[in-house]
Amino acid sequence: MTALVTLRNVTKSYVRGKQKVEVLHGIDLTIEPGEFLALMGPSGSGKTTLLNLVAGLDQPTTGEVLVAGDRIDQLSRGSLSDWRARHIGFIFQFYNLLPVLTAEANVEVPLLLTNLSKSERRRRVQVALELVGLAERARHKPNELSGGQQQRVAIARAIVSDPTLLVCDEPTGDLDRQSAEEIMNLLTALNRSHKKTIVMVTHDPKAAEYASRELHLDKGLLTNDTRRAA
Amino acid sequence: MKMFRQIGAVTAMNFRSLPQRVSTSLVVVIGIAGVVAVLVSVLAMSTGLIRTMENTGRDDRAIVLRSGSMAETSSALDRNSAKLIVDGAGIKHDANGDPITSAETMRILSLHKKDDDSEINVILRGVGPRMLEVRPELKIVEGRMFEPAVTEVIVGKSAHSQFKGLNVGDVVHSRGANWTVVGVFETGGDSHESSLMTYAETLISIDQRGSFQSVTALLDSPSSFQAFKDSLSSNPALAVDVVREREYYQQQSKNMSTIISIIAYVVGGIMAVGAVFAALNTMYSAVSARLQEIATLRALGFGSAAMVASVLAEALILALIGGVIGALLAWMFFNGNTVSTSGGGMGQMVFELAVSPQLMILGVVWACVIGVLGGLFPAMRAARLPVAMALRAV
Repeated sequence: MTALVTLRNVTKSYVRGKQKVEVLHGIDLTIEPGEFLALMGPSGSGKTTLLNLVAGLDQPTTGEVLVAGDRIDQLSRGSLSDWRARHIGFIFQFYNLLPVLTAEANVEVPLLLTNLSKSERRRRVQVALELVGLAERARHKPNELSGGQQQRVAIARAIVSDPTLLVCDEPTGDLDRQSAEEIMNLLTALNRSHKKTIVMVTHDPKAAEYASRELHLDKGLLTNDTRRAA
Repeated sequence: MKMFRQIGAVTAMNFRSLPQRVSTSLVVVIGIAGVVAVLVSVLAMSTGLIRTMENTGRDDRAIVLRSGSMAETSSALDRNSAKLIVDGAGIKHDANGDPITSAETMRILSLHKKDDDSEINVILRGVGPRMLEVRPELKIVEGRMFEPAVTEVIVGKSAHSQFKGLNVGDVVHSRGANWTVVGVFETGGDSHESSLMTYAETLISIDQRGSFQSVTALLDSPSSFQAFKDSLSSNPALAVDVVREREYYQQQSKNMSTIISIIAYVVGGIMAVGAVFAALNTMYSAVSARLQEIATLRALGFGSAAMVASVLAEALILALIGGVIGALLAWMFFNGNTVSTSGGGMGQMVFELAVSPQLMILGVVWACVIGVLGGLFPAMRAARLPVAMALRAV
């Protein structure tokens, strides 16, 4: 099977003051289509940096990043924006919903970057909200929803444009246990029933258990790669 | 299309979050309204002055001054010169073949303003017996015309409304004579309405002068001016300057209106710099307040151009609102208000502030420029935001 994500000898370093800090050291990684990958590791291990590279939010200092057949390390900022709109669905720890918009308007946001008609956009928003079980809260604004509901709206926003890859940064980090389980069940359903490839950064071992593959990072190096039987 | 939809969507989101930033947004609106109100109202003075002076004089009238005199106040024409001038070519003649001219003199009267009692110099113009033929636009609107050889004056409409003691029947006390007001005149809103008029020979006799200061001549047509000018210039017995009446008054107002315009732009410019900083501050805080939104939208694939356009659009709309408010305030409070000033060689002159549509548009354009300058750097900040870093910061 052709890998959906391939990282070859990827390094990432930042300059802090006069110091150069290398966060990732020569990472090699492949992710197959349909995988549900949990990226784990202590704070500062480089999990989020790695996720950002895969999602096209950041670019490596050296090395190659291939996602969905594109060398995204070679794309310009503008092209990378277009590429993200086509290929990536984001789920953030703090949901990052736009507070002035209703749930359905929030879900519609990624579709504004497509050429879909208004009626088609509306139809897709409806489908996405039904999928996450929030169709009846479509007209509610984020501050009228619980944390778990807000994260479900964020998931609907992430899947509404049918992206190639879902990237989740601590998707349960701001939720209570019950809501966290609901979110993880939803992500698992998206992975199993809708064949969505998911890359998730998490601190939570319970959340990681939902993933089909667990990858550990420590001090910028991959230390452990575990696959689970479906 | 997609780009416009992006810009429209992000801009709409900006505006929907405006109520959360109402106080900082008001700083921009009020600041810019102040700049525009001051700029427009000061420029309205210049516009009003120019409009009044452009309204004064006709192309088929010429004014003759002593050579080298910049204004009537510094001119002197003896009686012989005055007689020679009326023989010039191109002057219109009446049915009897007499030239239609008015040899004139003037002096300054000191009057008190109605509103603050301040003492202001006003022109008392002595005019010739054919003045009504030379200036057919002059109409008596109250009382009657002065009689020759008695100390009677008629007062212009603007002077009548601005100064104390100029009602028909009042007496104006001055050096050498007490002038009885016998009538009020209008001349279509030109600068003469700020003055008083009497018979020239009466004024000369009271002032014990031997000369006039100017001769105003009605010409056959505007095109007769050159022939008139040439005929006087070629006369070796005369040393005079000949100018069209309209040009003369325009020249007289030029310095004053230039100074007013400079003041308007300097004051407006200084205030505008302040308003740009207010706008910068507001838009920077708007971008900071929306950092999470901007980072999220950028992550979802919205381009830099949409961010720049949305921040600029917000700054522009706030500036536009401020500009319109400022222009309307200037119009409401100042348009049509009469003010008086001393003009080069003209004594005091009363004119109306004119907040014209062009001035209001100019004010709004200034507002938009302030808005764009104030929004540009914050917009660039929004566009250049490193998305990954910004997402981590929120």
